[in-house]
Amino acid sequence: MAPVRILAALGLGLLFGLGLALSGMLDPARVRGFLDVFGAWDPSLVFVLGGAVTVSSLGYQLVRRLSKPALAESFQIPTNRRVDGKLIGGSALFGIGWGLSGFCPGPAVAALSTGVLPVAVFVAAMLVGMTAHRVFTLRGAEAGIPARDS
Amino acid sequence: MSPYLASLAGGALIGLSVALMLILHGRIAGVSGLVAGLGTDRGERRWVDAAFVAGLVLGPPVVAGLSGAWPAMRIAASLPVLVVAGLLVGFGTRLGSGCTSGHGVAGLARLSPRSIVAVLTFVAAGILTVALVGLGAR
Repeated sequence: MAPVRILAALGLGLLFGLGLALSGMLDPARVRGFLDVFGAWDPSLVFVLGGAVTVSSLGYQLVRRLSKPALAESFQIPTNRRVDGKLIGGSALFGIGWGLSGFCPGPAVAALSTGVLPVAVFVAAMLVGMTAHRVFTLRGAEAGIPARDS
Repeated sequence: MSPYLASLAGGALIGLSVALMLILHGRIAGVSGLVAGLGTDRGERRWVDAAFVAGLVLGPPVVAGLSGAWPAMRIAASLPVLVVAGLLVGFGTRLGSGCTSGHGVAGLARLSPRSIVAVLTFVAAGILTVALVGLGAR
């Protein structure tokens, strides 16, 4: 079953990448255009998110009727409902970086295949940022500070 | 195809990918989580992360092959700004447990209260940042 699951994940990543390329969201100028509500606003991202949330919520309705996933033993869906400082602070930092660059993780990783240097620089910095978070979290755990989120 | 229709169709494909990741694997297709999982997950889970990310990277070349043109990319930010932005996006998406896909697509589809707060926060921070950068450039 493992090869089936890994191949399925490859296909789903490809589907996601095709969607991103078709949606126009690989272009940081259009993403920043969406965030530029006080300037020349570009509503494209509303259409992307609208299409994506509509289809995925239909999928989620189906998921709620399943006792387990088709290729796995159990669902791994977050159950944490607590809105805390980490969620808000982390999302705010992400939003600042998103606004500065016009890149979020999906389009940036997909755009690596264009072989453009600025994309590689952004993704490398993003990996450093993720690693920094992991190191701080591990240090916090050693110092006895409980880490609630994964 | 009108650009908005292409955006809607592209979004629907993204939504289908997220829905099938839940239905087949039982997992949230959040790109920041999958990329971070390359470093933290073990065993088959890590292979699933890697396969999804590899597929994601293959998307644009496949579209370029089918349509005869690479998707447009206009990057206004300088390399130093991209470094700062990348660090913020990497650290922030881990601290906040998700990005535009995990919170924005999968989370909103589940009507998760955490994801609704996260999306409102990162969109507001993005709008404010673009507005302030625009003021500085004037």
